[in-house]
Amino acid sequence: MKYVDTNQVQKNMNSRLLKNNVLKSVFFLATIFGLIVLAVLIIRVIMQGASWINMDFLTNKLSTSPDRAGIMGAILGTFWLMVVVIPVTLILGVGTAIYLELYARKGRFQSFVQTNIANLAGVPSIVYGILGMTIFVRALDFGNVVLAGGLTMSLLVLPIIIVAAQESIRAVPQHLSEASYGMGATKWQTVKNIILPAALPGILTGSILSLSRAIGETAPLVVIGIPALLIPFPGGIMDRFTVLPMQIYYWTIDSSLVEEYANLAAATIIVLLVLLFLLNATAIVIRNKFQKRY
Amino acid sequence: MALDNKIDNHDKRSIQDMIAKKKNGKNITSITEKVMPAILFLIAAVSILTTIGIVYTLLTETIEFFKRVPIMDFFTGTVLKPLSQNPEFGVLPLINGTIISSIIAMLVAGPIGIMTAVFLSEYASERVRRTLKPMLEILAGIPTIVYGFFAFTFVTPLIREFFPSVEATNILSPGLVMGVMIIPMIASLSEDAMTSVPNAMREGALALGSTKLEVTFRVVIPAALSGIIASFVLGISRAIGETMIVTIASGSSKNFTFDITQSMQTMTAYIVEVSGGEAPAGSTIYYSLYAVAMTLFVFTLIMNLLARYVSRKFREEY
Repeated sequence: MKYVDTNQVQKNMNSRLLKNNVLKSVFFLATIFGLIVLAVLIIRVIMQGASWINMDFLTNKLSTSPDRAGIMGAILGTFWLMVVVIPVTLILGVGTAIYLELYARKGRFQSFVQTNIANLAGVPSIVYGILGMTIFVRALDFGNVVLAGGLTMSLLVLPIIIVAAQESIRAVPQHLSEASYGMGATKWQTVKNIILPAALPGILTGSILSLSRAIGETAPLVVIGIPALLIPFPGGIMDRFTVLPMQIYYWTIDSSLVEEYANLAAATIIVLLVLLFLLNATAIVIRNKFQKRY
Repeated sequence: MALDNKIDNHDKRSIQDMIAKKKNGKNITSITEKVMPAILFLIAAVSILTTIGIVYTLLTETIEFFKRVPIMDFFTGTVLKPLSQNPEFGVLPLINGTIISSIIAMLVAGPIGIMTAVFLSEYASERVRRTLKPMLEILAGIPTIVYGFFAFTFVTPLIREFFPSVEATNILSPGLVMGVMIIPMIASLSEDAMTSVPNAMREGALALGSTKLEVTFRVVIPAALSGIIASFVLGISRAIGETMIVTIASGSSKNFTFDITQSMQTMTAYIVEVSGGEAPAGSTIYYSLYAVAMTLFVFTLIMNLLARYVSRKFREEY
């Protein structure tokens, strides 16, 4: 008596292998699907907006007439927003990371802060907008200026940079700081002279990523109340402002009134995506070039 | 002796002095040594202050809102007419819009995300994986306003080409686009869970004659289930909190309906609409903003805690 019926096995195996191969292609198609949508999105935006990008568009003021409208104000607004966001997030983010990794005693408080940061990362951006509107715009009475928007954005991206800084501080090998202590350096000297420089590439990468999040984010600024009006170019952090995503937003919702606004929105999207691409490329270069392996 | 002299000449002080000075604790080094931990502690406290700030502002203004509008009317009301003569503040249309858009998004992102994860972790060669994954991450890095533009000016017209009865602003199109946005998140979290399943388990199943597909469905996915479920829950949380796509593409009709071809408003879109102008501080509409935001905050918080609970509680340890 045969224990294994080879014919039966053969028959079953074929269908099982067929199923395997068919589903493999299905899985592959699913993977490609996202990329196809991405390609369609980018091609569509470029086709619609590329011909609108020229020097006038980049340097002109806002205007209700599509032919004369430019995004200089939004570019400057984005710039001033970064002037607030970069120092605030760097100080708060890196400081928190140093405290949690190097100073805090492992215990309740540390794990409480850690859980808190994880929860903050999951709070929808629009809720930060409400916080910013209530505290910075109204209670502290800054008004809807760059400073209020920048502080709101800083709080929003803080969890990203904290986690990135923590990881890169953790990756600095123990023997470096032990050598520093062995030479008689104090704790802060070790942190400042040994650990931070070694962790810097990781921190920079993380801060660039959080910066690109802040540049592309719209919802909190809508809540804070960025005017759709034609306002003068911002010249400092206490001026009213608009940013690239806000401009895209207003032009998109108004495109049902004036059709060309959709093209202006597309052109602004190209500028925004190029900016984000450059930032991310910088982050990758920094990571590859300066990341030391110990 | 020579060394001593050298230090003496160089610093104009002896080592004894230095030690004494250090013991006195009056030099800059020892002051920074004491001050820095305190400064760093204060900095770390900012993240806690942020949480307190969020909860406090939402809570106080929400309580003020419930003094004017009974809490039961808010949570069971199916009519939302904040601007009419006799305003009604039922939140159900918003919750309905939020849930429907999230369901549509998850119907796209769930299956495609998990299939992407299976392909990347079980089928793709290392080289293919290393090319595809960063490309998918670009998808996650695109600002949501760009997706909103795409939904409004491309996807909606495309849908209307085939189904002319679909309205110019509808919940279907932003739901679908939101799904595409969430794919990378689910794919990458699920893939992490799958790749952490030990190879020995796969090899055991393969040695018994399973095909790769059977290994995937009978071994890898069950073993990685907690991570996959957690990624779904986080995806839902992301969809609930997403603002710009639905604001742009789904309009501001406060319909209480299940018809996905119609315009609906989500909680996030309501916040945008109300804060975008018409609400003077102190009015009931203004306070409704906080009540809706509080509801949204609680929704996403529950989802995030649930995700953490699932991935911790049901993790299979190997």
